[in-house]
Amino acid sequence: MNIEFSAEEKAFQQEVRAWFTKNLPADLKHKTEIGQMLGKDDMIRWQRMLNEKGWLVTGWPKEYGGPDWTPTQRYIFDMERARANAPIGLSMGIIMLGPVLMHYGTQEQKDFYLPRIRNCEDWWCQGYSEPGAGSDLASLKTTAVSDGDHYVVNGSKIWTTYGHWANRIFCLVRTSSAGKKQEGISFLLIDMDTPGLEVRPIISIDGEHHLNQTFFTDVRVPKKNLVGPEGQGWTVAKYLLTHERTTIAGVADSKVHMANLKRMAHENSANGQPLMADASLRTKLAKAEIDLLALEYTNLRTLAATAAGKAPGPESSLLKLDGTAVQQKLSELGVELAGQYAWPWKADSVGPEEFAATTMRYAFTRAATIYGGSDEVQKNVIAKMVLGLNFK
Amino acid sequence: MNFNLSDEQKMIRNAVDKFIRNDYSFDARKKVLDTEHGFSRSHWQQFAEMGWLGIPFAEDQGGLGGGILDIAQVMEAFGTGMVVEPYLSSVVLAGGLINMGGSQAQKDALLPALIEGKLLLAVAYTERESRSNPVDVQTRAEKSGGGYVLNGEKAVVLGAALADKLIVSTRTSGNRLDEQGISLFLVDSKAAGVSIQGFRTMEGGNAANIKFSGVKLTADALIGQEGKGFALLDNAIDHATVAACADALGSMHSAMRKTVEYLKTRKQFDVPIGSFQALQHRAVDMFTAVEACRSMVLMASLKVSDTNPVERKMAVSAAKQFVGEKARLVAQQAVQMHGGIGMTEELDIGHYFRRLTMFCSLFGTTEYHLNRYADLMAAA
Repeated sequence: MNIEFSAEEKAFQQEVRAWFTKNLPADLKHKTEIGQMLGKDDMIRWQRMLNEKGWLVTGWPKEYGGPDWTPTQRYIFDMERARANAPIGLSMGIIMLGPVLMHYGTQEQKDFYLPRIRNCEDWWCQGYSEPGAGSDLASLKTTAVSDGDHYVVNGSKIWTTYGHWANRIFCLVRTSSAGKKQEGISFLLIDMDTPGLEVRPIISIDGEHHLNQTFFTDVRVPKKNLVGPEGQGWTVAKYLLTHERTTIAGVADSKVHMANLKRMAHENSANGQPLMADASLRTKLAKAEIDLLALEYTNLRTLAATAAGKAPGPESSLLKLDGTAVQQKLSELGVELAGQYAWPWKADSVGPEEFAATTMRYAFTRAATIYGGSDEVQKNVIAKMVLGLNFK
Repeated sequence: MNFNLSDEQKMIRNAVDKFIRNDYSFDARKKVLDTEHGFSRSHWQQFAEMGWLGIPFAEDQGGLGGGILDIAQVMEAFGTGMVVEPYLSSVVLAGGLINMGGSQAQKDALLPALIEGKLLLAVAYTERESRSNPVDVQTRAEKSGGGYVLNGEKAVVLGAALADKLIVSTRTSGNRLDEQGISLFLVDSKAAGVSIQGFRTMEGGNAANIKFSGVKLTADALIGQEGKGFALLDNAIDHATVAACADALGSMHSAMRKTVEYLKTRKQFDVPIGSFQALQHRAVDMFTAVEACRSMVLMASLKVSDTNPVERKMAVSAAKQFVGEKARLVAQQAVQMHGGIGMTEELDIGHYFRRLTMFCSLFGTTEYHLNRYADLMAAA
């Protein structure tokens, strides 16, 4: 047993650290540091810089322009990215659609779409959830009806994150209502400027516009935009769940968040003493740091298995549950530390700038246990798949 | 980077698992519980023959030269089988302390006999008022002639009802809560002025309250330097705490597995109760708790030998706090989901419950370790 990185891995770590120090623009660093939202221009600017260095599509294989890193290198990169207060890539195209196209796409689809994702020419959003299909995703009702060389799509998708930035959307649509509800689903690529497609904003409880509802009225989509066979969309979407996710727990960003909370507790005072002198607050911070440490080691166990080419053990199933619990706890401690200085709503405050941002972070992080399979769905899956509590 | 066990560690684990399966079934264990001190001499000899009593000690003493990861293999399996013999108190804590801080003469006098199973030791550091804090020492040793005279009292000393020799923390100088001024002495449990009131503990092992009235000690009874015993004691307790966490992990894992099996077989309202989502989610809470505790035991095993005491203490307290909190959860849920039968002495679940309950305050309560961690974190 040995948890040291190898000499090569340590050298890689230094290389990444030095690059971030030299190249990360100060304005992006500041926004990330205090938890402020980045605009589309910010994101594109940063992603193009990473792509120029060859470090944008870090999870992609070499043949598609990836850096051919080991899982450990990707883990180190993520740690250094967070440590440098560099933005996290929120790109659905890179993380989700890319791997799907590599596995299920036609040669034409791969040749056309993958370079466009890498070069930030396309911004993709995801069309899975519907007003009536949340955790029960397979009950989705948006239809795609065959009409010659086209499908005609009708319905609506909800929680389309950054749909207002996107020029393309990948969707799960219903091409058949026969058989089990999972069986009639297809995976379809749609241009956002197709007539009949409309995006309406949804403002979330952090007061920001991340989310949208997307409406489809007789939207005509060429059949060559189908990914995988018709009716196999559920399998295609599920493929992503088995895709390696050594950073799903968000340990890198939570470690930076934790360090910031401790710094805030030292720098700010009450009763003429640092907040850290308050025993009750101090033990809450300590408890959060202990929980984060447990998560980090669970993550390292999964990483070690993945790096050795083995299937991750049962511990990997708790990375999302425990990872999001830590994120929520830290964001909660943020508003607690800020006290009334967290009140100003998009306004200048008497307190440190970072205090006002804690509210947004706290509010936004509530989504972490809802998206990507809610806590409750995660537990249903673990009960069935891991504990064998599966009864007919 | 890898979390693989060495071949030797796997061999130890397999051997202890085999012993639990063949010789320490729930019924066989009951016979040990029925003895006066919860101790089987023949089991202890078996431990000696298997080499388990020598794991942490140097090969020239007759030991295996192993580390905490090797001990953790024994402890996790012992936790699964709920072994009540005083391995933790005698070998890991007391033996570990002598190994870390004893003189060559003390090691030669004690360790070979300990390894052969002929000697039992206990560390007497807890007092009537000290609760979780090993710094709080009121027992006094005063210089007298060439030696010392020992007066005072120790309370709820793990393994002391059976111990041949005691390692006693005393105050030779300083005030009640000073780290400086604590000295450790080796005391024969049969020595004049030592009176031991043994009793059984909730998990089936033994402990004792001890009085020292004018116990005469020679100068060579001192372990380490006079007045500087605390660092050694603290380090030995930290190592034993990690071993205790591994033991708790074994118990938690068994309690969780047995509960999940019960959910599959127990029927109410004509269906297995494991088909109810309210119980499924709590079973998942138990499962995730156990896996996260495994991560923490690995973390603490890897960090407890850190030469920086702050790193060591933070790692150990993090693990003890975390595993303690989850042990409480797993123990309570195991009983709850078994329903009425979980309340009975005849089922193993209640025994896991008591073992895990005792773990929660062993070597410092969950709160104590949270505070210790928090104070070190704030000062870092």
